[in-house]
Amino acid sequence: MAEKISILIVDDEESVRDSLLNWFIEDGYSVECAENAKKALQLLELRDFDIILADIKMPGMDGMEMHRRIKALNKDSIVIIMTAFASVDTAVQALKDGAFDYVTKPFDPDDLSHLIRNAAAQITLKGENEALKNRVTSLEAIDDFVGQSDAIRKVLVQIESVAQSNSSVIITGESGTGKELVARAIHSNSARRYFPLISVHCGALTESLLESELFGHEKGAFTGATFNRKGRFEMADGGTIFLDEIATISPKMQIELLRVLETKSFVRVGGNREITSDFRVICATNRDLKGMVANGTFREDLFYRLNVVNIHIPPLRERPEDIPLLVSHFIKKYCNAMSRDMITVDAAALKHLEKFEFPGNVRELENMIERAIVIGNGKEIKLKDLPMGKESTGSSVESLEELEKRHIEDILIKYSWNVSRSARALNVDRVTLYNKIRKYGLKQKD
Amino acid sequence: MLSNGPFEKEFLRRIALAVESEFRHQVSTEECHLDLNPYYHPARRQYDGNKLLRHLDGCIHNKYERLICLFRIDLYIPILTYIFGQAVLGEKTAIASIYRLRNELYGLGKDEGLLLSRAIKEVIHELGHTFGLLHCHVPTCVMRSSTYVEDIDQKSSTLCNRCRMLFEEGQK
Repeated sequence: MAEKISILIVDDEESVRDSLLNWFIEDGYSVECAENAKKALQLLELRDFDIILADIKMPGMDGMEMHRRIKALNKDSIVIIMTAFASVDTAVQALKDGAFDYVTKPFDPDDLSHLIRNAAAQITLKGENEALKNRVTSLEAIDDFVGQSDAIRKVLVQIESVAQSNSSVIITGESGTGKELVARAIHSNSARRYFPLISVHCGALTESLLESELFGHEKGAFTGATFNRKGRFEMADGGTIFLDEIATISPKMQIELLRVLETKSFVRVGGNREITSDFRVICATNRDLKGMVANGTFREDLFYRLNVVNIHIPPLRERPEDIPLLVSHFIKKYCNAMSRDMITVDAAALKHLEKFEFPGNVRELENMIERAIVIGNGKEIKLKDLPMGKESTGSSVESLEELEKRHIEDILIKYSWNVSRSARALNVDRVTLYNKIRKYGLKQKD
Repeated sequence: MLSNGPFEKEFLRRIALAVESEFRHQVSTEECHLDLNPYYHPARRQYDGNKLLRHLDGCIHNKYERLICLFRIDLYIPILTYIFGQAVLGEKTAIASIYRLRNELYGLGKDEGLLLSRAIKEVIHELGHTFGLLHCHVPTCVMRSSTYVEDIDQKSSTLCNRCRMLFEEGQK
């Protein structure tokens, strides 16, 4: 780990810089020196350092002011303030400003070793924490991808084979089919799994925001750019970047994206330094990209660059056999999350779910189950707990009579054939409801 | 290996033997008498290790691959309260002092055997840096960083397998 930790020493005394440089080099750290705050800030513009050891008293800008500017540039860097004159006030102020520690020169060799070891341990822990969070999220993602249908099995086989490669992937499918889950599954099964999976929802950002989000920006690049910020491509170094709703990006961004994909290097907005990053691209869209290429709204070269592998996720209506599995998966998921006893789903409700077309696909089903668990009786999900009602039958209604018949039947099922309650819900008297039941030949099923 | 001022011949011979055995290089010992006044810091009552090292850098004879000078004085570098020795990574010269290796400094009884063992480890450690070796995390390796004299006692006077391999690669 020591080889990876970089240290910047800022002190106006050459002997101090040389002593520390020699000391840290022997410990295997990557070390650079600056003789004043201005030089240090220039170095920090060019690259990031994990630990910055700065003298508090320097000509020009003092260590405290420099510390504030460093924190504005990179909030994550660890700053240790050094001084030859111990003062409680300055020590307290340095710590209040977010300094990692405060040491008085000359140091005891053991104190210095401990200080750097603690700072290095914090950096290591932070890195591990982020990696583990990504890993846990990825594992959850695989668990969420449920299905036994041939279509889903085909997708799983594709995920397995594509995960081993570094090829770009386009995932297509309607909204709510689980495109992001497939992206996570590919990442989690690839050699890049210990590095981050960075998701960008292209459709939610304007062109300039997307540019800054993807490439990062330098302090002062535009109004509000108060500190340097890493872009998503930079953050995805070693891992995968998932670009959701890729079809929504502007022609200008399409050119920029193509260039980055070809060179794997880019420049931050407002910067002039070329940054390289090793990432894999997975894109998703619910639109017909080929059609967009044909009508000229999506660049053909970018399409072919991205579309090395295409995985299509079929809509839920085309694989109703997956619905019971998905229902029990979501019941388990939400009962656990809400610390409730496991519940079941009654046959009528399940039958309706299987018939429902789910325009919002798996996401809609998931929300339905979550809602049903919240509002239900805590033992069984009944049809009345599902917000489907008339929507489930809307598309096949042919006449007003048929519509009335189905509506009455649904209300009766909802109120377990309690005629009084059903009549109240329909805003008619009981006699009218009995007449309608007779007219349409409605009968209570087992 | 230079010794600044008189050291017991047997003491120097034993250190030279240990260095020869560890690095498989022949060791010559000579006595020197440096004027230490220019390196003295009156307020700290210590001698500047960096300046001494720079002075010795200009003294190394072509026939020697490495030079280490052994002192009896309290050494420091500007940023640290004290040092046992000093070397610049991959350079040819190093210094070490037995001042803080003596048991008497810590109110304990004189122990010549322990002093010799500590001096051997310190000399090999600093020479290891001149051969490009970094601090090692193996607890028994002589290249493990020691900030207290007790740390020196915890480690052995030899390189661990990894440091040995790095040293031998560096010799090719």
